[in-house]
Amino acid sequence: MFESMIATMGPEVLLAGAALLGVLIGATLGDRFNSLSFRFGALALLGAAGLSILYWEGGTAFGGLATTGPFANFAKTVSYFSAAIALLMADGFLKRANTHRYEYSLLVVLASLGIGVTLSANDLMTLYLGIETLSLSSYVLASFHRDSARSAEAGLKYFVLGALASGILLYGISLVYGFSGSTSYAEIGAAAPELGLLFGMVLVIVGLAFKVSAAPMHVWTPDVYEGAPSPVVAFFATAPKMASMAVFALIMFRAFPQAEAVQNWQVIIGIIAAASMLIGAIGALIQTNLKRLLGYSSIANMGYALVALAAGAEHGAAALLLFMTAYVIASLGLFGGVLCMHREGGMVENIDELSGLVRRRPALTLALSVLIISVAGFPLAFGFLGKLFVFEAGLNAGLLPLVILLVISSVIGFGYYLRLILIMWVNEPVEDFEPVDGWVTSTVYLSAFASIGLFIFISPVSELVNRAAGSLLS
Amino acid sequence: MNFPILTAVTFLPLAGAVLIMLIQALTAGKDEPGGNENRVLYAGLVFSLATFALSVVMLFAFDANAPAGYQLVEEVDWFAGVKYRMGIDGMSLLLVLLTTLLTPISLIASIGSVNHRLTEYVVAFLVLETFMIGVFCALDLVLFYVFFEAGLIPMFIIIGVWGGQDKVYASFKFFLYTLLGSLFMLAAVVYMYLEAGTSDIIALDTFDFDPGAQTWLWLAFFASFAVKLPMWPVHTWLPDAHVQAPTAGSVLLAGILLKLGGYGFLRFSLPMFPDASAAFQPMVFVISVIAIVYASLVAWRQTDMKKLIAYSSVAHMGFVTLGIFSFTEIGIQGAIFQMISHGLISGALFLIVGVVYDRTHTREISAYGGLVERMPVYAALFMLFTMANVGLPGTSGFVGEILTMAGAFQASTWAAAGAALGVIFSAVYMLTLYRRTVFGPITNPTVAALQDANMKELICIVPLAIGTILLGVMPNLIFDLTQAPSLRILSLINGGAGV
Repeated sequence: MFESMIATMGPEVLLAGAALLGVLIGATLGDRFNSLSFRFGALALLGAAGLSILYWEGGTAFGGLATTGPFANFAKTVSYFSAAIALLMADGFLKRANTHRYEYSLLVVLASLGIGVTLSANDLMTLYLGIETLSLSSYVLASFHRDSARSAEAGLKYFVLGALASGILLYGISLVYGFSGSTSYAEIGAAAPELGLLFGMVLVIVGLAFKVSAAPMHVWTPDVYEGAPSPVVAFFATAPKMASMAVFALIMFRAFPQAEAVQNWQVIIGIIAAASMLIGAIGALIQTNLKRLLGYSSIANMGYALVALAAGAEHGAAALLLFMTAYVIASLGLFGGVLCMHREGGMVENIDELSGLVRRRPALTLALSVLIISVAGFPLAFGFLGKLFVFEAGLNAGLLPLVILLVISSVIGFGYYLRLILIMWVNEPVEDFEPVDGWVTSTVYLSAFASIGLFIFISPVSELVNRAAGSLLS
Repeated sequence: MNFPILTAVTFLPLAGAVLIMLIQALTAGKDEPGGNENRVLYAGLVFSLATFALSVVMLFAFDANAPAGYQLVEEVDWFAGVKYRMGIDGMSLLLVLLTTLLTPISLIASIGSVNHRLTEYVVAFLVLETFMIGVFCALDLVLFYVFFEAGLIPMFIIIGVWGGQDKVYASFKFFLYTLLGSLFMLAAVVYMYLEAGTSDIIALDTFDFDPGAQTWLWLAFFASFAVKLPMWPVHTWLPDAHVQAPTAGSVLLAGILLKLGGYGFLRFSLPMFPDASAAFQPMVFVISVIAIVYASLVAWRQTDMKKLIAYSSVAHMGFVTLGIFSFTEIGIQGAIFQMISHGLISGALFLIVGVVYDRTHTREISAYGGLVERMPVYAALFMLFTMANVGLPGTSGFVGEILTMAGAFQASTWAAAGAALGVIFSAVYMLTLYRRTVFGPITNPTVAALQDANMKELICIVPLAIGTILLGVMPNLIFDLTQAPSLRILSLINGGAGV
C-alpha cells in the first residue's frame, strides 16, 4: 500500500515534505536561508520530476482518490522541471529587487504541490484541493512585491477573479455530485446522462477555463502578467498552464467519456478555443508592453491547445501534450529574455527597449528570435511541430472551421511576433541592458537550443506523448 | 551508403553561415571600423561558390538517360512516418543549379553596394540558399513545407533590414501574404497525411484522392502557390517587395522564390489532384491571360524601373501557368524552360537596374536618358536582356514563350491568343523602357558623369548573358533533362503509375 502511494503521489509527498522542512529551516535560520532556499526549492522540484519519471506507470492511492498514469506523469515532469527553472531564474531578480526571501521558493514549491495534486486527482474533491493549493500560493506570488502598487493590484485582481472562478467550479462540482451521486471521475463517467449533469459540466469547464486563461475567462491574464514580478509570470506562464491543460483533458476524458457528453463538451471547448485564438491574436497586436503582449500570446496559444482538446481522442490528447511542451519550453526562454531587460534603475518592459538588440547582443537576439519563431509555430522550431500535431488532431476530428480559424489567427499572430523580430533586428540600437545572472541567460540559450534540437529529434518525444495519450484513453 | 550529395549541397551554405557567425562573434570588437569589412562577403562568396561547384558535381552524378523518377535519393526517419527524404529529377536539378548560380552572383553584386551589417547580410543569403535548395530536393511533403516556409524568414530580414524607404511595410506585406496561403497548404498537407497515411511525395503521386476532397486540396495548394508565383490578383506584394528589396534580394526573389509557385504546381497540384486540376483549367487560363495582359499594361505605365520589371515578372509567370495547365508535353516543358529562362533574364534585369541605381540612387525612368553615350558596354548588355525579355528568337525568352503558347493553343485557342497579345505588350513596355533610359539626349547632369559598368558588374551579368544566349540557341540542354519529368507528370494526370 505504501508502495502504491509512493508510485502515485511520491512527487507530491516529496514536495510537501520539502515545503514543511523549508518552513522549519527558515524559522531557524531566518534570512540566512534566503539564498540557499532557491537551490533547495529547485532541488526538491527536480527530485519530484525525477520521481515522476521513475514511477512513470503510476498507480492508485488513497482509496481511489488519486490515480496517475503516463499522461499525468508526463505533465508532472514538464511542470516540475519548468517550475524549477522559473525558480532559479527568480534568484538574481529578487536579489536586485530587494525581495530576496525564502518564502518565495517555498510558495513556488507549494504551488507545484497543488499542480501535482490536480494532476493526480481521480476525484473532484482531490481536484479542488489541488486547485486551491495552487491558486492560494499563486495569489501570494503575484503580489510578492508588496511595496509595488502594480504587484499588489495584480495579486488582488487575480484573487478576486480567481475566487469567483473557484466558486463557479465548486458550484459545478456540487451539481455534478447532485446528479451523478459521486465525485469520483469513474462513477461520474458511468452515471446516466441528465440535463443537470450537463450544467455541472459546463460550470466545471468555466472554472478550468479560468485556470488556463481561455477566453472569455481570460481578462485577468494581461493585467496579472503585467503587474506581477517577472519571474512569477515566468512560473505562471509555464508550469500551471501545462498542468491545467492536462487536467482539463484528464477530467474531460475520464469524467465525461460518454458519446453524448463528448459531443457536448467538444462544442463548448471548440467555442472557447475559437474565442481564445481570436482574442489573443488580435489583443496582442496593439500591445507595447512585452509582458502584456506575452499574456495575450498565451491566451491565443491556449486556444490552439484547446483545439487539440476539442478534437478529443488519442490524437487530440497527444497533440495537447506535445503542443504544451513546446509552448512551455519557448515560454521559459522568452521570459528569460524579459528578465534580461534590466537597466540601471530597474526592469524595462516596453517592446521598444529591445530596439537593435542584435548589435549589442547578437547571440541573445538569435536565441530570442528562435524562441519567438517557436512560439509562433513557424518551421525550424519545436513549436511548429506542436502546431502540426494540433492541425492533425483537428482535421482528424473533422473540425474544419476551427482549423481555418487557427490558420487565420496564426497569421494575425505573426503580425506581432514579426514586429518583435523586426524591432530587434532592424531598429536603431538603444542603450544596452545590464548583465544578468547566468541562470537567466543559460535558460534562454538552452531553451532556444532545445527548441531547435527537439524539432530535429522529435521522434522519441512524439512516441512518448502518443503512448501517454494512449494510456489515458485505455 | 553513397556520399549524401544532396544533403551536402543543401546544408553547405548553412554550415558556412554558422561558421561565419561564429568567427564574427569570436573576433567581435577586434575589428578596426571600415577597412576589411568586405571579407565577410568574400567568405560568403567562397561558401556559395563551393556550393555551386558541388551542385555541378551533382549534375554529373545525375543520369539524364535513366528512366523517369527520382535519383540520388536519401532517406532518414524523422517522426511518425514522416521522413527526411531528398531526391531530384531533371526539373529540380535545374532549379537547384539556378539557385546555386544566382546566390554567388547576388553576393558579388552586393560588394560595395551594401555596406552596413554585412555579417547578417551574408548569413541571411546563405541561409536562404539552403532553404531554397531544400525545397527543390525535398521528397516528403512535411519536409517540403518546412523548407518552403522557413525561406520566408531570411527574405523577410533581407527586405526589412537592407531595403529602401518603405521596407517595413513591404517586408510585412511579403511575409503575411505568403504565410496566409502557406498555412492553408499546411492544413491540406496534414489532411493528405491523414488520408493517405504517408507524406511521401512519390507514394502520394499515385494515391487516388476522392474528387470532392481533391477540389479543396487543390484550392489550398493553389492559395499558396498562386501567391508565391504570383498570379493576378494576389500579385500586389511583388512590386512592393521588389522596389524595397536591395538589388541582390530582388535577384533571388525574381530568380528563385517566384519559381516555387510553378514548381509546386508541377510537383503537387497536377500529379496529385489530376481531376481538380482539369476542372480548374479554365479558371487558371482566365487568370493567366488576365495576368499577362493586365500586368503588361500596368508595367507600361510605371515610372520606377524596378516596378516595371516586377510587373513584367507577373506577366511572364502568366506564361508559366498557361503552359503548366495546358496538360501537354510541350506546354509543361515550355513552362519549366520559361522558369529557368526567366530566372536568368529577370535576375540580370534587376542587376542592370542595380548598376545605375548604385551610381545615381534613383530608379525613376525619367531621371535617365542617353546612357548609351556614357556606358556603351552597359547599354549593349541592357539591350540583350531587353530583347530576351521581349522574347527575341535566339534568346531563351523566345523558347519559353513560344512553347508555352503552343501548349496553350492545343488546349484553348483563346488563351493562346490572349497570351500572344501579352508578347506584343511586352515589346511595348520593354522597348519604351530601353528608349527612355538608354537613348535620347542626356538631360540629367549626374548621368553625364557616369562611368561604364565595371569588372565586378560584368562578372555578375555576363554569365547570365551567356546562359540566356546558350539556352536560346541550344534549348535541348534543358529539354534533355525536363522531358522525363514532364512525361511522368502527364502519365500521372492520365491515371498512369508515373512510368
